[in-house]
Amino acid sequence: MKTKKFITNTACHILLAVLSVIWVLPIFYVILTSFRKEGGSYKSYIWPRGFTFDNYINLFNGNSSINFTRWFTNTFVIAIFSTILSAFFVLCVSYVMSRLRFKMRKKFMNIALILGMFPGFMSMIAVYYILKGLGLLETGVLKQISLVLVYSGGAGLGFYMAKGFFDTIPKSIDEAAYIDGATKWDTFIRITIPLSKPIITYTLITTFMGPWVDYIFAKVIMGNETPYYTIAIGLWTMLEQEFVEYYYTQFYAGCVIISIPIAILFLMTQKCYVEGVSGAVKG
Amino acid sequence: MKTKKKEAQSAVAGRPGDSNAIQVWKDGDTTTRLSYFVFGLGNLVNKQIVRGLLFLIMEIAYLAYLFSFGIGALGNFMTLGTVEQGQVYNEALGIYEYSTGDNSMLCLLYGVITIVLTAAILFIAYMSAKSAYCTQKRKEKGQHIPSFMDDLRSLKEENLHAFLLAMPIIGIICFTIVPLIFMILIAFTSYDHEHQPPGNLFSWVGLDNFKAMFSQGSALASTFWPVLTWTLIWAVVATVSCYILGLLLAILINRKGTRGKGFWRFMFVLSVAVPQFVTLLSMRTIFNANGPVNVLLREIGLIGATESIPFFTNSLYAKITIICINIWIGVPFTMLSTTGILQNIPAELYEAAKIDGANSATIFWKITLPYMLFIMTPNLITSFTGNINNFNVIFLLSGGGPDSLEYYYAGKTDLLVTWLYRLTITQKDYNLGAVIGILVFIILAVLSLTTYRRTGSYKDEGAFQ
Repeated sequence: MKTKKFITNTACHILLAVLSVIWVLPIFYVILTSFRKEGGSYKSYIWPRGFTFDNYINLFNGNSSINFTRWFTNTFVIAIFSTILSAFFVLCVSYVMSRLRFKMRKKFMNIALILGMFPGFMSMIAVYYILKGLGLLETGVLKQISLVLVYSGGAGLGFYMAKGFFDTIPKSIDEAAYIDGATKWDTFIRITIPLSKPIITYTLITTFMGPWVDYIFAKVIMGNETPYYTIAIGLWTMLEQEFVEYYYTQFYAGCVIISIPIAILFLMTQKCYVEGVSGAVKG
Repeated sequence: MKTKKKEAQSAVAGRPGDSNAIQVWKDGDTTTRLSYFVFGLGNLVNKQIVRGLLFLIMEIAYLAYLFSFGIGALGNFMTLGTVEQGQVYNEALGIYEYSTGDNSMLCLLYGVITIVLTAAILFIAYMSAKSAYCTQKRKEKGQHIPSFMDDLRSLKEENLHAFLLAMPIIGIICFTIVPLIFMILIAFTSYDHEHQPPGNLFSWVGLDNFKAMFSQGSALASTFWPVLTWTLIWAVVATVSCYILGLLLAILINRKGTRGKGFWRFMFVLSVAVPQFVTLLSMRTIFNANGPVNVLLREIGLIGATESIPFFTNSLYAKITIICINIWIGVPFTMLSTTGILQNIPAELYEAAKIDGANSATIFWKITLPYMLFIMTPNLITSFTGNINNFNVIFLLSGGGPDSLEYYYAGKTDLLVTWLYRLTITQKDYNLGAVIGILVFIILAVLSLTTYRRTGSYKDEGAFQ
C-alpha cells in the first residue's frame, strides 16, 4: 500500500514538473532572446551566441518611429484616467444592482446581458465615426482623450463581478445603518465601500491593465500617429516587415519590461480575486 | 425627522410613482395632462420652480435642436442623401473641383442621434407628467410638496439609483447603444467598398445583404457556413479542453500527496500574469516557419535541415496549433478559478466514495465534475461566448490565415469576428460586417439566454443574502 502511494506521488510530481517546464519554457525563451547579442530576427539556433543589455538600453534611446519611452508614458496616462472613470462607473452600477430595488432593475440587467453579446468591436467603426463627428480625432492628444472615453464609456456594463461581491455583504449591516439614521448614500460611502476593498482593488487593477493589453481599439483610433501609440500597438509595429529585422530582440526586451509590472499587478489581483469570489463578510 | 420618514412611507404606500403613462393620463387633472406637452407645467403651478424650469429648459433645448437641425437630419435619414459629390470645372483656376455632396454616413449617424434624442425627450415628457401627477396626488392628500432641496436630498435616499446610474448610463448610451443601432442599421444599407462616402452615396437596400449571405452558391454563403462551423468547433473545443484540463491540473496540485503546492501554482500562474498579447505575439514568433520550435525539431532530427512544419500555413496544422496554444493560455486560468471551489467540496463525499471502493477516475466523473459543473455553469457560458468572440487569439496568432481563394476575404482559421474585422477594416464592406455582427449576436443570444436562464444563480440571486 505504501509503495503504491509512493509511486503515484512520484508520478504526480514528475508530471507536474514536466508540465511546468512546458509552461515556463516560452517565457524563458522570451527572456533569453531579450538579452541576445546578435541582431536580426530568426536564427537557426536557440541558445544565443552572446548576451547583452543593449536591447534594453536601446529601447529607451528611442528614435522618431520607435519611441518606447513615449509609448510607455502614453499608456500609463491613458490607463490612469480610464481606471478612475471606469472603476467609478462599475462600482456605482454594481452597488445599485445589488442593493437598491427599483422598477427598471431587472430590465437593466437583461439589457446589459444582451448588449454583452454583440461582438465588442462591431460598434467600434461607429464609435470611430462618432468621435470623428465630435471632432475628437483631430490631434493626437484628443485621440488619447477619446481612447480613454472608449475604454471607460461602456464600463458600466461589466458590473457582474462586483455585484456578486456586494451581494455577499449581509443586508443586516445596511439595515443597522438605516436604523441609526444613515441615508442610503451614507451606507454606500461609509459602509459598503470600506468593506469592499478586495473587489475595489480588483476592479482598479483589472481596468488599469486594460489599456496595456488592448490592441484593436487603440489601433483603430490612433491610426498612423506613431508618437501617440500605446505600448501594445507599438510592440506590434516592431514586428512588422520593415522593422522586424532590426527590432526583433528589442521587441522581446519591451515585452519583458511591460510584463514585469503587469505580472506583479496581476499576482496582486489574485489575492483580491479569491477574496472577491469567496465573499466579503462571513456572517 | 420621524414625521418626515412617515410621510415618505405613506407616499410610497400610495405609489403614484409607480403609475404608468396611461394611468397618469386617466387620473391626472388638466395641468397634469398638459405637462405631457408643456414640460414642468404641473410643477411650476405648484411652486416647484426649479424642477419645473429644468423640465421646461430640456423641452426648449430639444425643440430648438429639432427645428434648427433635427428635422433636416431626419429627412436625410430617410433618403441617406440625394446629392452625389460631383466635379465642377473652376474656370478661374483651370482645375476640376469637388462639389460637396451629401455624406450618407453622416446622414445615417445624425439620423440615429436625432432618434435617440427624441426617445429621450419622450421619456422626459413622461417623467414630467408623472412628476406633475405625483404633486397633484400629494396636494389632494394634503401632503407636503417637496421643494427642490427635498428633491436633491432624495437623490441620497430613495432616488439614489437614479443618481448613481446617470453617468454610467450616459456612457453606455453614447459608447455602446448608439454605435450598435448605427451598425445594425448599416446591415440594411449598401455601404460596401463600392459605395464609400463622401465620394459615393449609399442607400437602404432592405434585407438584400442577408439574402446574399444565405443565397446558395454565392461566394459569401460558401464562406459563411465553413467559417461558422469552425467558429462553433473552436468555441466548444477551446472551452471544454481548457476547462477539463485546468480542472485536472487543479486537482493534481490540490491532492493530499503533492508537496510545494504554492510553488507549482506559481509556475503556472506566471504564464497568466504575462499580458496576453505578449504571449500571443511571442507564440507567433516561436511557431514561425523559422522559429525556435522548428529549429529545435531540426536539431533533434525529426525533420530535415531545411524543412519546417507549417504551424500557421497549413489549415489543419494551424487549427491544431491554435487550439494547443489556447490550452497553454487557458489552463492556468481555469486552475486559478477552480482551486477555491475545489477546496469547498465537502470532504465527506470523497470519504463515502472511497469506502464504497471508487477509484480516482470514478470519483472525478461522479463527484468532482458534476459538483464543479453545478457551480460553474455561468462561468462556462461566459467563457463559451468569450471564445466565439475570441478576437485576440486568432488575430494575433494566425491573423486568420492561411488565406483561401474559395472564401470571400477570409482565411481557414478565421472566426466570424475576425472575418468581420477583415470585411470592415481591410475590405470596407461595412454592410456585410454588420450582417455578420448581427448573426453572431443571434447565435450567442439564443445559446446563452436559454442556458443562462436555467442556472440557479439567475433564478434566485438572493440565495446567499
